[in-house]
Amino acid sequence: MLQTVTERESIGTTQLAAYRFMLRARLLDEKFAALYRAGKIHGGVFLGRGQEALSAAIGVHLNKSDVFAPLIRDAAGRLAFGETILDAVRTYMGSALGPMRGRDGNVHRGKPQEGYLAMISHLGAMISVVNGVLFARRMKGISSIVGVACLGEGATSTGSFHEALNQAAVEKLPLVLVVANNQYAYSTPNDRQFACDDLVHKAAGYGVGAHSVVGNDLVACLKVVGTAVARARAGQGPQLVVANLLRLCGHGEHDDAGYIVPELKNSPLGRDCLKLAEDFLLKEKITDAAQLAVWRSEAIREIEDAVAQVQREPAPDPFAENWTALSTENLAEGRE
Amino acid sequence: MSITYLEAIREAQAHALRDDPRVFIYGQDIGAFGGAFKATKNLAKEFPGRVLDSPISEDAMVGLAVGAAIEGMRPIVEMQFADFSTVGFNQVVNQAATLFWRTNVSCPITVRLPFGGTSGSGPFHSQCIEAIYAHYPGIIVLTPATVEDAYSMLLAAVATNDPVIFCEHKFLYYHLKAEKLPSEALPIGKARIAREGRDLTIVTYSAMVHEALAAATELATEGWEIEVVDLRSVKPLDTDTVIASVARTGRLLCVGEAWPWGGVTAEVIARVSAESYGLLDAPPQRLNAKDTPVPYHPNLWAAHRPTARSVAAAARKLLRF
Repeated sequence: MLQTVTERESIGTTQLAAYRFMLRARLLDEKFAALYRAGKIHGGVFLGRGQEALSAAIGVHLNKSDVFAPLIRDAAGRLAFGETILDAVRTYMGSALGPMRGRDGNVHRGKPQEGYLAMISHLGAMISVVNGVLFARRMKGISSIVGVACLGEGATSTGSFHEALNQAAVEKLPLVLVVANNQYAYSTPNDRQFACDDLVHKAAGYGVGAHSVVGNDLVACLKVVGTAVARARAGQGPQLVVANLLRLCGHGEHDDAGYIVPELKNSPLGRDCLKLAEDFLLKEKITDAAQLAVWRSEAIREIEDAVAQVQREPAPDPFAENWTALSTENLAEGRE
Repeated sequence: MSITYLEAIREAQAHALRDDPRVFIYGQDIGAFGGAFKATKNLAKEFPGRVLDSPISEDAMVGLAVGAAIEGMRPIVEMQFADFSTVGFNQVVNQAATLFWRTNVSCPITVRLPFGGTSGSGPFHSQCIEAIYAHYPGIIVLTPATVEDAYSMLLAAVATNDPVIFCEHKFLYYHLKAEKLPSEALPIGKARIAREGRDLTIVTYSAMVHEALAAATELATEGWEIEVVDLRSVKPLDTDTVIASVARTGRLLCVGEAWPWGGVTAEVIARVSAESYGLLDAPPQRLNAKDTPVPYHPNLWAAHRPTARSVAAAARKLLRF
């Protein structure tokens, strides 16, 4: 179908916006990896390398009033949803000034009061929480919102996934469940994870919308995720998006990913979504190489500034810590 | 007029629904059907859209409640039986219980667990699992033993800004009656002296309070004055009231219907031993269920759990020390 000039410009603007989130996420991830290797980060570092196109496509389709439960490889989507680089750095470096105040770290960050949920590690567990936020908002008469939960193909094997997707379908909630099928759950390949031909076939079993996309193609991701989000927003019930792609890194930076077979790396799935997006933007003359270079150096400066700032910030102080897990402090036990 | 423990739970929920538009109830068969035990009888009709049947999905039930709590609601989740809450355990202990501490967003959810043994219920409809919830930080665990407490503590649970595991004993549902609902109550976290005595303290909670009281009555005929402390809340645990009682009696017997390894009775004894060793005239003792699944047949079940008779026997032994 032919597009009008305005439509083309609007699509181009979205593509550029998404690309910039991908770029910033990639550079941020690379900085975290460098800090990890330098011993500056406690615990693990988990990169979204190879999954930025899908993640950014989710983020740019969400509004501030929507709900987002990202997973470990969603730096791009988080930035697009409005997270600052500073908050990401503060969480990874354990700053007392970050949203998690050093109590939780790395990818376990969010601001639930703003619809940005902070994942727990148990896979599939965030989906029903998104359902709950959507359910409550519907009770309050709020409409035209969506909630996105991100997961990998490994999480589709959990009971939580099943319970929550079925629950969303029964309640006809505006949930978009995005599965990044990156071929390995940690080291476990797909043939040890599930036996159906295609994960998207699960949608029919739950009675929800089904969408497949090639996950390293930004243009395709924007289109397919956009359609799924629009349908959920329009009241057509939950939507399942399955993106096929390849994780271009280990599970975490501690993992050399030696189990990823060369056939996959050399297949079309193994192509880097960031490079593909750049090639597309240049080929279509949506932007030029000089502009890409400016954005890259701007992002690097922003990240370096954030790291420099956080390194000067206070670490959490165990003597000043309020050692209670209850908000009703007078009911807390064992405080000294 | 009299009201049962179960009716008090229904009335408390009706009260909460009436008073607070943020309250809703979510659970299996609780809508038009009114719940497996009828704890939500007629509530779906009285409060349309706020008493909702869930799929058989304990994990997603609790997860949904947490999401709704983030959004400012005050959900009550009914587990059909406490035993099944293990399927939703992860969402309680890892999602709900960590939310405030991690994110500074409080999580006011109440999870109702119909728990404890009744004759013929068997291994999967009888369990007492309060201690495994109490083990985790970030959760309040309540175990009302009276009609009045069932009512007032459920209202307090819904009003609390933290996750509450509300253990309501199925054995008390129909048998226990009161003349009327209370207009005032002890706060959460305060134990109650259910019977005063000077020779020995029995610390217990929920249905075992009534077994302990019956044992105390029996022992009174032998000249012993037994004090019975009803914990009401197992977390937080009112150590002060327990120690004050032990200071009066010098002897401590802890009784729980739960399994013996660890748990509430062990916790009470650990605290009393550590904090008031000098008050004890005899080694503190405890009496729990046997370390097997809960048996089906009434003969086996009656021997599996502590009863007035076994409580009295344990008390006599301790009194002779």
